[in-house]
Amino acid sequence: MEKESVAAQAESAIRLRGFVKRYGPITAVDGLDLDVPFGACVGLLGPNGAGKSTTMKALTAQVIPDEGHLEVLGFLLPDDSKQARAQMGVVPQLDNLDVSLTVEQNLIVFAHLYRVPARNRTAAIEHALDIANLRHRHDSKVDELSGGMRRRLLIARALLHEPRLLLLDEPTVGLDPQVRQELWALIDRLRSEGVSILMSTHYIEEAERLCDTVTIMSHGKAVAVGPPRALISEHAGREALEVYGPPDRLTEVEAAAQARGWRTRRTGTSIAVLHSNGAAADLEGVPRVTNLEDVFVLLTGEEIT
Amino acid sequence: MAATAAAAAAATTRRLRRLERAALQGVMVREIVNFSSFWRSSTFSSTVDPTIYLLAFGFGFGSLVSTVAGYDYIDFVGTGIVATTVLFSAAFPAMYSTFVKYEFQHTYDAILAAPVDVEELVTGEGLWIATRTGVYGCVPMLVAIVFGLSPSWGMLLVPEIAALSGLGWAFFGIFIAAKADKIESFSYWQSGLLTPMFLVAGTFFPLTALPEWAQILGNINPLYHCVELVRHAVFGFRGWVDVWHVGFLVSFALISWRLAIRFMERKLIL
Repeated sequence: MEKESVAAQAESAIRLRGFVKRYGPITAVDGLDLDVPFGACVGLLGPNGAGKSTTMKALTAQVIPDEGHLEVLGFLLPDDSKQARAQMGVVPQLDNLDVSLTVEQNLIVFAHLYRVPARNRTAAIEHALDIANLRHRHDSKVDELSGGMRRRLLIARALLHEPRLLLLDEPTVGLDPQVRQELWALIDRLRSEGVSILMSTHYIEEAERLCDTVTIMSHGKAVAVGPPRALISEHAGREALEVYGPPDRLTEVEAAAQARGWRTRRTGTSIAVLHSNGAAADLEGVPRVTNLEDVFVLLTGEEIT
Repeated sequence: MAATAAAAAAATTRRLRRLERAALQGVMVREIVNFSSFWRSSTFSSTVDPTIYLLAFGFGFGSLVSTVAGYDYIDFVGTGIVATTVLFSAAFPAMYSTFVKYEFQHTYDAILAAPVDVEELVTGEGLWIATRTGVYGCVPMLVAIVFGLSPSWGMLLVPEIAALSGLGWAFFGIFIAAKADKIESFSYWQSGLLTPMFLVAGTFFPLTALPEWAQILGNINPLYHCVELVRHAVFGFRGWVDVWHVGFLVSFALISWRLAIRFMERKLIL
């Protein structure tokens, strides 16, 4: 038996313990624990400023932690990060493609950077373009592509070296709903092929649809961890009652619900009574299924629109 | 390393070292492919500017003085002009393109997410600019040949000298870009350091024409050493003096290289 590398013995693709990052007086990440088991898709959920981007940057050693144990594919960060980066792909939030180059030229550059051997380069590029459904745009310049295609090209670029781990930083931000659906299908396909995925997002539906587990972050800390369904039933119950009415009425309902120990969530024109599980029929609202957004708002105190 | 499982079939599992050739190559391939789309404008500004200086000084001063420091004026300025080209095609592009790449295009974020570190990134960028400078450096000299500079075998060493000087200036330009918070800060470097250096380098008039303090400053100007070396290559080397010039340019490149890496790390790694 050959001597096994550290990476092979690692239990998780990503393992963070007590990760702290400060920028002067501001603590961006405040003791975060995070696990991405091999083959899983994990969502990092949180409002802007919760520390998601700092965490993503730390995983490629573009942010150096002040404290904590950071391990990616069995390699300790930041010292062995280069080694880990050779086996992971990163899809950034900000489009950093070379716009004056063609689709293929963008990929050639990264095939070099990812050390794809010369003899496999063409095949690797074709394969990545197939996955991203961009083969027909091979010779198009990047600035001729739509937003959705550019995002798919970013994904193709991250897949050239067949990475074991993929980091997606807000993969569908700013895209049309239909394009977003396409990307979800693509991400889902990668997950089914066994690629471990960590995805930061503030689209709740995205996390609910794609992720095996989610970590909800607020003010640099993980405030809840678990599979989306489990988090929903734990924090928001099975069913919510949505009560519509004038502001006075909503305030009344809010007081009545809280008096009975139920949690509420206020939106513009309505109030949702959570955890009522059908027992709040007298409040005259519309019952609906609870969702991850309810959990998110309860835990972070921030509304997402 | 074989045990990293089939999943890692294509990804690199071997131990990566510092300054890997593949990483440098990747950074340079990016530059070369990009260059293919803007080489016209870049070549234009890097060669036309010095050529204008050459013609202006050549005809302007050339009509007033026939020999300078023992050279025909066209020989004097036709060789010295190489240093000006080096400055125009190494320092300025390094400053502006580095700034644009980290500030606006976020190119370096993308590269550093791949298995490439800042040292490789900076080194690759510098090597590419130096290569380009080696070629551009000769253009005004070729123009000078048309106006009477006599060709010599030593001219074959001029691209190498220009590339070596260009390497130092490319790294120095990257260093300036790494220090700059906004593109306006370049004005201080340009007016306060680069323009005086460009004039006090012995390109258009010999340093001996200047007061002693300016001569001393001229001696620590890398452009001056480039000018001297080019002239000596073309008209005959002078032994140890030229070893000193080469040594100075090598040291300049080494110091600028480390400075550029140091400050780019501060800029790019938070």
